[in-house]
Amino acid sequence: MPAAGGCAPTDAGPGSSVDTSQQTMANTRPVVSLQGVVRHFGRFAALRGVTAEFPAPTRATAARAGDPAPGRLYLILGENGAGKSTLLRIMAGLLKLTRGSVTMLGATDLREVAARVGYMGHAPLLYDELNAMENLRYFAGLYGIVDDARCQAAIRLVGLDPELKRGVGQYSQGMRQRISLARAIVHDPELLLLDEPFSNVDVQSAREMARLLGNMRNDGKTIFVVTHQPAVLEAVADESLLLSAGLLAARERGLPEYMKFPFSQHADHPDHMDNDNKDKGDDGACPSPVEGGER
Amino acid sequence: MTVMAVARRTLAKDLRLEWRAKDAVNSMLFFALLVVVIFSFSFDPTAEESRRIAGGLVWVAFLFAAVVALNQTWARELRNQVLDAYRVSPAPAVSLFLAKAVGNFILVSVLEALMTPLFIVFYNLRSVGPAYQLLVIAVLGTWALVVNGTFFAAISIRTRSREIMLPLILFPISIPALLAMVDATTSVLTGEASPRFWMQLLAVYDVVFTTVCLALFDTVINAE
Amino acid sequence: MKRSFTFFALVTLGLLCYALYQGMVVAPTESTMGDVQRIFYYHLPHAWVAFLLFFTNFLASIWYLVRRTQQSDALALASAEVGVVFCTVVLVTGPLWARPVWGIWWTWDARLTSTLVLWLIYVSYLVLRRFATGAQTQVLAAALAIFGFVDVPIVYLSIRYFRTQHPQPVIAGGEGSGLDPRMWTAVLWNLAGFLSFALLLIWQRYRLALSENAVEEAHANRALGPEAEMPAKPDSRGFAPEYDSAPKVGNKPR
Repeated sequence: MPAAGGCAPTDAGPGSSVDTSQQTMANTRPVVSLQGVVRHFGRFAALRGVTAEFPAPTRATAARAGDPAPGRLYLILGENGAGKSTLLRIMAGLLKLTRGSVTMLGATDLREVAARVGYMGHAPLLYDELNAMENLRYFAGLYGIVDDARCQAAIRLVGLDPELKRGVGQYSQGMRQRISLARAIVHDPELLLLDEPFSNVDVQSAREMARLLGNMRNDGKTIFVVTHQPAVLEAVADESLLLSAGLLAARERGLPEYMKFPFSQHADHPDHMDNDNKDKGDDGACPSPVEGGER
Repeated sequence: MTVMAVARRTLAKDLRLEWRAKDAVNSMLFFALLVVVIFSFSFDPTAEESRRIAGGLVWVAFLFAAVVALNQTWARELRNQVLDAYRVSPAPAVSLFLAKAVGNFILVSVLEALMTPLFIVFYNLRSVGPAYQLLVIAVLGTWALVVNGTFFAAISIRTRSREIMLPLILFPISIPALLAMVDATTSVLTGEASPRFWMQLLAVYDVVFTTVCLALFDTVINAE
Repeated sequence: MKRSFTFFALVTLGLLCYALYQGMVVAPTESTMGDVQRIFYYHLPHAWVAFLLFFTNFLASIWYLVRRTQQSDALALASAEVGVVFCTVVLVTGPLWARPVWGIWWTWDARLTSTLVLWLIYVSYLVLRRFATGAQTQVLAAALAIFGFVDVPIVYLSIRYFRTQHPQPVIAGGEGSGLDPRMWTAVLWNLAGFLSFALLLIWQRYRLALSENAVEEAHANRALGPEAEMPAKPDSRGFAPEYDSAPKVGNKPR
């Protein structure tokens, strides 16, 4: 994990559009490209023409100081009904477009790259009656993974015990979301699409998941997270996309100012959430800004 | 992973789920028993008559039990939206269909195996023709119901009033198969005719519709 | 469009009038059944037209699944609806004929029973179209249409065999019964008239379906709002146009 590359650059102010270092990366094929994505449900237009490009992570540029980490973590924010889940489902290939185009990992037919994409839905996407390992074993099998060790590793990675025999339906919401995340990453995808991973999740689970996502981002994965709790990912988010009424209203570095955790300015306070892990020399989580709160 | 390997794993997973959620299977069994009893009250024939009408009664009872089972197995995929997890994976849709169809076949066969002795008891049935033919007819007929039923259940879960939709679209198309099953069973029970033509018809029906289902399932499951 | 419709409607009217004359006046009275037999001049042409329409539905559904055009879906819907209407006529004229001749309303004879099953299959198709939600309606209905039509020969085969096992009075005069040539003329004129009528109905229903689609499109477009871009539609295979390689930055923040 490159120490220098752990944070988003502080040179750009909030609300700025893409800077020059991004444009050099635009020459490589982007990881995801959305061109005028429109999706109707009957007469209702959930998405009204979303256009955005997300460049591919390149290890070569990671060594330069001030450059972002190899991977990218994008937050997709917006009010209810803005179209966030719809957009994610279209990117995952679960919904068809009404108009426009989506290119994921260079392919327009999303079934071709299904093995390199991981999706976590709003619902748990698990079988309640099976336990964690059985769920993981089945879903890993769909990707051609027959190795139990990988399933166990994925479960441990999200901080749970693979030996638990209880059906997943009996887990707490936090544990269920974590197993759902494990299912989404068991096949080591390059691209992750997560729909509200922190909903109804306890603080401890949320923080563990956020830390894991940060690590994955540093490993070079591209992660899209739809969430109503952006503050949890404040430290690891590279960009936020604000969706409003089916359109992309804003795209900014880090979190939009008004969504930041209210007391991040008090980062030195012993009760600040990032301060528990500071002593343990935690990796992945950015040191909080110490002056002004500007990033 | 190959198509058959994924299908096998999915089938194993489904059977395990059926075993764990035994209450669903038990309620289906009880429903099947009720159907048999109610039919027995409605039609109270003598031994000779019973052989003539038993074919029809038995298969109609199996049909109703099958519809309950078919709705149930797809409903499980909709709980927690777990079908999405299958669809985003590279696993082929055809494997899902095969696994579901075979799983439904096993489930409906279990129901039939439990209902048949009851029918024999209530109607004092004894077959005049060779009984092994009844087994062949049962296998061919059950597959005919199940293969289309699995496909149409996948369609009907996407509609409003999903439970009633399945019988509405399944029954008309299954009429020739039902006719074959009923007449063949009656032929064997009464020993009056050879069921050979019906068995051939059922075999043709099975082959034709299995092919059509396999060809169209991917289109239908990804129709969103 | 209006003028050609009027012209075609007049032609249809003319054909139907002449066919009526042929059926009721010119054709000889049948020896055993009497004048009731004249229902046959409606019963048979409607059956043939219905079958032709269901075949059209089959082809249109296949075309829809391959090409996903709205026109093919509209044709599928129109031919199914008009086909069901014609099929209903067959099912009504059958008993109307059977009752005076044999004293029973329904005899489960091979052809009538097959027609009933056909009617059930296509009514279930129309039910699915009504109950399915969203854009997937068309795909699901097209799939069901294929199943339905593939079933048709099996239906005919099975019921024919069933009836040879358990014979019943045959309403439409059996397989080998000869027809007076003047009767054939009447049948053919009625066929022409009702085929023309069916085409007229389908034409209008097809245009109506396309208009309904256009209205929905207009509503959907309006929902996109003035500030949205209007990018290219996916091509007929359902895939998006080629990705444009010029890097774009996305909408500017407000």
